[in-house]
Amino acid sequence: MSYDQILYGLTGVALFSMGLRGAFFPGALLRRVLAINIAGAGVFLLLIAIAYRGLQSVPDPVPHALVLTGIVVAFSATALALALGRFLRERSDDE
Amino acid sequence: MEALTSWQILDLLLISALLALAWTAMAAKDLRRAVALFIAFGLLLALTWVRLRAPDIALAEAAIGAGLTGALLLAAASDEPDPVPSGRISAAGVVLTVVSAGLAVVLGWVFVATVQQADSTRLAEEVFANVETTGVSNPVTSVLLNFRAYDTLLELAVLLIAVLGVLALGPARAGYGAPGPVLSLLARRLVPLIILVSGYLLWAGAHAPGGAFQAGALLAAAGVLLRLTGTTNGGLPGDGAFRTLIVAGVAVFLAVGLSLMLAGRPFLGFPVAWAGSLILAIETAATLSIAAILLAAFLAGDPKHAAANRGSKTWQRTHKTQGHANEL
Repeated sequence: MSYDQILYGLTGVALFSMGLRGAFFPGALLRRVLAINIAGAGVFLLLIAIAYRGLQSVPDPVPHALVLTGIVVAFSATALALALGRFLRERSDDE
Repeated sequence: MEALTSWQILDLLLISALLALAWTAMAAKDLRRAVALFIAFGLLLALTWVRLRAPDIALAEAAIGAGLTGALLLAAASDEPDPVPSGRISAAGVVLTVVSAGLAVVLGWVFVATVQQADSTRLAEEVFANVETTGVSNPVTSVLLNFRAYDTLLELAVLLIAVLGVLALGPARAGYGAPGPVLSLLARRLVPLIILVSGYLLWAGAHAPGGAFQAGALLAAAGVLLRLTGTTNGGLPGDGAFRTLIVAGVAVFLAVGLSLMLAGRPFLGFPVAWAGSLILAIETAATLSIAAILLAAFLAGDPKHAAANRGSKTWQRTHKTQGHANEL
């Protein structure tokens, strides 16, 4: 355990909670999707902080691989959410 | 002590900038401003990954987290009307704030308590002890493509399903008008270079930071650049070839896994002598698939229909914002 591991881990927790609040707050779909992305970034930061072993040692590669796949999945989920939103909006415009 | 202090200053600067950008991105009045702040947040996050010794993730974050997600959100910001927030904070809003703050306190406490535990066994030691047998020397790639290859296969399947969902929802967002001469020239010079760097990242992934995700994301970024400079489908091939591309990653992954089973090995249990070449074959197919999928997700639909959509309302809205994008 080191000060920087704690510091970055707690930042991850803070980002997650800020994002979670934003995701449930009423507003445009885009804002909420953006907030979910920030919450996701918080989770990634927490995982990488857990993997961190200080500046002199090699970090744990397993959480790194998880975050790498997480980033790509987050992008595709974002794209799907925005496409669904656009579809619903064009539907309601037509009516 | 001197060196330590400068690291601490960097840490404090990074963390306060991250928190401030995340907050202002969510609180910004204008949607486009919110997205611009989010892109800045993503770039600082990439810097944070470097600070935490995660260069593989830094590459992916810069290309996907900041780059592609930013482009996607910016395109979406132009066709979404932003309902004006009522300004009045409702009771539900207060409850939501209190609950998420409480959750943060509990999570933070769990995190601090967990990292303070003296742990005896970690997966990391197992990975470092066995990385010789995986055919690659980058431990992150060894986890992705060998130790946890199953996860990565399913993740490619998730990507495929997500893009099928996007394709099912209708035609692609219409393309943009002709760009200025500077942007065209830049694209002509940059796209070949991006393709070259993407090939390098794919190859380097075996022994250095890089791999299929970073290479695929970079290739998709070349497509985004092409789209912004008038190539409506972002350089994606039509119909059959496009369909083959998006399933190639999962197909090659499955084919390799199943042929290993026929040879009497476990599913995706690479023999040591062949592991390097098999992983490279899978990663090459995955790179092409990931690039096609990410780009189709950015186009928000089938590339074939992108050009046919020009007269629509969406196009006019998107076209109007193109002016703003050029000013940036």
